[in-house]
Amino acid sequence: MDQIYLDNAACTPVDLRVIAYAAPFSDGTIGNPSTLHSRGLGARAALEDAREKIKALLHAEDDKCIVFTSGATEANNLAIQGTALRNPKLGNHLVASAIEHISVLNPMKGLQKQGYTFDLIPVDAYGMVDLEALKKLVTKGTAVVSVMAANSEIGTIEPIREVSAIVHDAGAYLHVDATAAAGHIPVDVQRDGIDLCSVSSNDLTGPQGAGALYIKSGVKVQPVLVGGGQERGLRPGTENLFAIVGMGEAARLTQLEMVQEADRVRRIRDALITGMVSVKESYLTGHPALRLPNQASFRFSYIEGESIVLLMDQFGVQVSTGSACSSLTLEPSHVLLALGLKHEQVHGSMVLSLGKSNTPDQVPHVISAVTETVNRLRALSPLSNDRR
Amino acid sequence: MASVGYSKKVMEHFLNPRNVGVIEHPDGYGKVGNPVCGDVMEIFISVKDDIITDIKFRTFGCGSAIATSSMVTELAKGKNVDEAMRITRGDVANELEGLPAQKMHCSNLAADALHEAIKDYRARKAKK
Repeated sequence: MDQIYLDNAACTPVDLRVIAYAAPFSDGTIGNPSTLHSRGLGARAALEDAREKIKALLHAEDDKCIVFTSGATEANNLAIQGTALRNPKLGNHLVASAIEHISVLNPMKGLQKQGYTFDLIPVDAYGMVDLEALKKLVTKGTAVVSVMAANSEIGTIEPIREVSAIVHDAGAYLHVDATAAAGHIPVDVQRDGIDLCSVSSNDLTGPQGAGALYIKSGVKVQPVLVGGGQERGLRPGTENLFAIVGMGEAARLTQLEMVQEADRVRRIRDALITGMVSVKESYLTGHPALRLPNQASFRFSYIEGESIVLLMDQFGVQVSTGSACSSLTLEPSHVLLALGLKHEQVHGSMVLSLGKSNTPDQVPHVISAVTETVNRLRALSPLSNDRR
Repeated sequence: MASVGYSKKVMEHFLNPRNVGVIEHPDGYGKVGNPVCGDVMEIFISVKDDIITDIKFRTFGCGSAIATSSMVTELAKGKNVDEAMRITRGDVANELEGLPAQKMHCSNLAADALHEAIKDYRARKAKK
């Protein structure tokens, strides 16, 4: 049976052109970018070429604004801890949307132990940040506000330009986690008024193990890891050249093909949504229109998401869920809870994230797999009303 | 390679659960868990001369919740209620060739549901 992979947000297959491009940087024949001999200079040139490509992806003002990291988690940590701790004069108040990734929320929670205060911006039932609430939350003492460009679990695209105006009126810095958005919708740090912006290589169809943080010229950040002087001292440690070079090329290709690819996956995604909402007591989660083109998420009453993932896999379809039962922490998705859903509703979630391998002819099989999965699990469920 | 995920036995019971359904006029009924934490199990038993002659279950929950429910019904069917009362969570997990560590507690309530059904049977019997 052909496998249908719909969990690209968790792990994206690397573009084969990217692997071919970056392969020469994986075998050790290219030197260390910090050395001065010919091998090292070749490595340095490749590193700076990748930096130019990330600069172009985010429309940064200068390539010096791009710091390579090991991934988006590290970029988010550097953005929040590094900026807050380096700029004590700004204040000791941190703000994040309630649907941020855990690698944004946990650094902020961690700083509470160092005397920082931390507030969450509520979101509406579609996952849109509440701009009026944000206005009230940001004050003179706010140092960093973090709002993601788009959410990977519900697909909702946030109004970053409006957020930026409010944050900058209060004199705080805006961090935007663009991990889910970059490569799928335009992210422009200058147009959108972003001070710090995180991206991940793998979400751009690049190799795992690289990410980047954009730091606006003039914004002072201190390192989280300490060591040598790589990445202007902000991210010490020998660069993961294979992943970084691959990330650069993936960014270039993704940007080049974004409009066409977004249009292609949006059609497949829309067909999946149409088919899925025809299943009895199924609901789309996230914003119906302002959402990532490759993302569709649902919840089904009376059934549990880990069971959905396991059964769908039996039909050759790989999906994700926000159910507590499938997470390492056994915590339900904080994103779905922030929408105002009840715990039992969150348990029945199913998240689809599309990628290059998906085609329109897969849609009927996915819909029938979901229908069969839902029917089988509901037949087992004591919560299902039709059984009484 | 290290063993990850569910055992074959768990998957087999999850995909082909035994004794699913409802007994219309059960001699005992037990329900445990709640939808907030993600697992609800109910067990119906028919009992004749203290022997469990029929048993059915319905479960809302993850793979291990469904598999443990199915397994406990297999273990209990045909047993004397006193014997069935001695089936533990550990027995159910062992019969399934183990459960992932994080599932041992939260999704292994099936034995509890069985015990509740037997207690209900005994309470009804005492009233007669």
